[in-house]
Amino acid sequence: MGDKMTGMNTFLDFEKPIAELEGKIKELHHLSDSDHLNIVDEVTRLQSKVERLLKQTYAELTPWQKTQVARHPERPHSSDYINGLIEDFIPLAGDRCFGEDRAIISGIGRFQGYSVIVIGHEKGADTSDRVTHNFGMARPEGYRKAVRLMSLADRFGLPVITFIDTPGAYPGVGAEERGQAEAIARSTEACLNLRAPLISVIIGEGGSGGAIALASANHVIMLENAIYSVISPEGCASILWRNTDKAIDAAESLRLTAQDLYKLQVIDEIVQEPVGGAHRAPTDMIKHLGETLEPSLRTLVNTSGGELRAHRRQKFLDIGASSKS
Amino acid sequence: MSWLTNFVRPKIQALVNRAQIGDALWVKCASCEQMIFHRDLAERQKICPHCNYHMPIKPAERFAVLFDEGAYQTIELPVADIDPLKFRDRKRYSDRLKEAQKKTDQDDAMVVVHGTIGGYRTVVCALDFNFMAGSMGVAVGDGFLSAARLAVLQRAPLIVFTASGGARMQEGVLSLMQMPRTIVALDEVRQAGLPYIVILTHPTTGGVTASFAMLGDITLAEPDALIGFAGPRVIEDTIRESLPDGFQKSEYLFEHGMIDIVVSRTEIRDRLVNLLGLLLDRQPTAEIANMNAGNIDIPEVLVADSDSSGESEPLNR
Repeated sequence: MGDKMTGMNTFLDFEKPIAELEGKIKELHHLSDSDHLNIVDEVTRLQSKVERLLKQTYAELTPWQKTQVARHPERPHSSDYINGLIEDFIPLAGDRCFGEDRAIISGIGRFQGYSVIVIGHEKGADTSDRVTHNFGMARPEGYRKAVRLMSLADRFGLPVITFIDTPGAYPGVGAEERGQAEAIARSTEACLNLRAPLISVIIGEGGSGGAIALASANHVIMLENAIYSVISPEGCASILWRNTDKAIDAAESLRLTAQDLYKLQVIDEIVQEPVGGAHRAPTDMIKHLGETLEPSLRTLVNTSGGELRAHRRQKFLDIGASSKS
Repeated sequence: MSWLTNFVRPKIQALVNRAQIGDALWVKCASCEQMIFHRDLAERQKICPHCNYHMPIKPAERFAVLFDEGAYQTIELPVADIDPLKFRDRKRYSDRLKEAQKKTDQDDAMVVVHGTIGGYRTVVCALDFNFMAGSMGVAVGDGFLSAARLAVLQRAPLIVFTASGGARMQEGVLSLMQMPRTIVALDEVRQAGLPYIVILTHPTTGGVTASFAMLGDITLAEPDALIGFAGPRVIEDTIRESLPDGFQKSEYLFEHGMIDIVVSRTEIRDRLVNLLGLLLDRQPTAEIANMNAGNIDIPEVLVADSDSSGESEPLNR
């Protein structure tokens, strides 16, 4: 099942020593092809070194390094999770008001036997794909489509799974004219009113209002190296430090890692990523998430609609509540 | 301890202070730069008589003219967990908080009061832009939640005046979580069958706009207020074009169908009294019901018009 480690193209700056070792291994493979030298031992030695280094590096990632991992272009995106986990998937499109926003993909399909509605931000896999999906930055139409699909879910009692992966809602003229703020507020409200189970998975970047609009859920799962924040570290640095170079400090201060958010009781569960991050072994990651999602979904499906709604609302009323007066 | 500190400095300070008093008598409009006599300005609720610019106004100044006889009670809010993330940028967040508290004499940016407007019992909350740009953290969420709960308890409508730069970054994701939290709170007001009225004032942006500010049953806005999700500078940086005239201003939002009424500050109270009357007293009073049973008083012009169309019969009966 494991993905080939050599398939990666993009290395992050802190991964340099790992990239160098992997380069060496590649060279050795070429050598053995041409000269028929027996260098298996050397390759094995290097490979175990890579693994040790990866494990060590990824065990000690700083918040800023996690931010880079969360944004890694080869990290699996919503479409990958849908392809891997949802059977009979039928995409559903459009907000019935203005247009179809490809920054949010959505549809109906089957997860482990259950009919489900799936909604997710999509960042895109290559350059043209990223442009098509507007880098996962949704416009009002995307959120209004989400509202429409949530009401569909409500009517048929279908559980909703959302995949969160967005730098934030799109800041553009048209988006503002068509009520970006109102659309986000309505989508958040739709999440909170839903009488069907709602599970959100933050798979990469949980960027501010654009994320919470789809993540006001019964059960919020975060991948080990995902981030979730009120503002990007760069944005925060430019406002509070008046200097974008301070993004590293901002990432530290914002407490945006899965581990921090779990402690703050903002998320409910952390899902481990393969050694070296989800982008090193996408297939393993997707499979592992599927195994984690199933029991959560099963529990929620057996809860009544009224209870689901009440539980979700109480959960958000309690976050940060100052009962410690 | 020298002649300089004991004698010269107080003299200079006295001079400077006198100048400040002189300045306070006349206020320069930030928009048209005309000088306005302070009493005229107070009478006009801080609207420039020359260019109609609505200057920033404190919650207390609003309340004084909003409630009947200027009488209202302030609600004591729960004490929020100060600085939950121990956040520090160039300054400590806890120090920034203390400064803002000293400057505004308030615990946080949200002020919650109750009193009657046109005889109708109401709960009103207002964000103070002077307090860390009216930004929303846990304490603001608490304030809004308290206001909503009080409205439900008193069976009173909830009215909110917004002025905010958005979420309070120093509280990280906890400030983001105030978006769903305030939405649940306002929904409790709705479910109780009570009106929720929003008055957007300059400026209202970010997480506040994208949560309770845009979900009013009825939404008013003061003229020329900046209202949006992303700030204009962020948008300009993203699209690398200049923005259209009047972009994100109240009138622009009105043209795009985002708000109900653009209303001058001096007319807000009257509008609210009207709206509350229509939303709360939904039946004719006994007096009117008895007097006018089956005899509707229609202006003559209207009657004449409908007569000529030949479809007027139901109206005349």
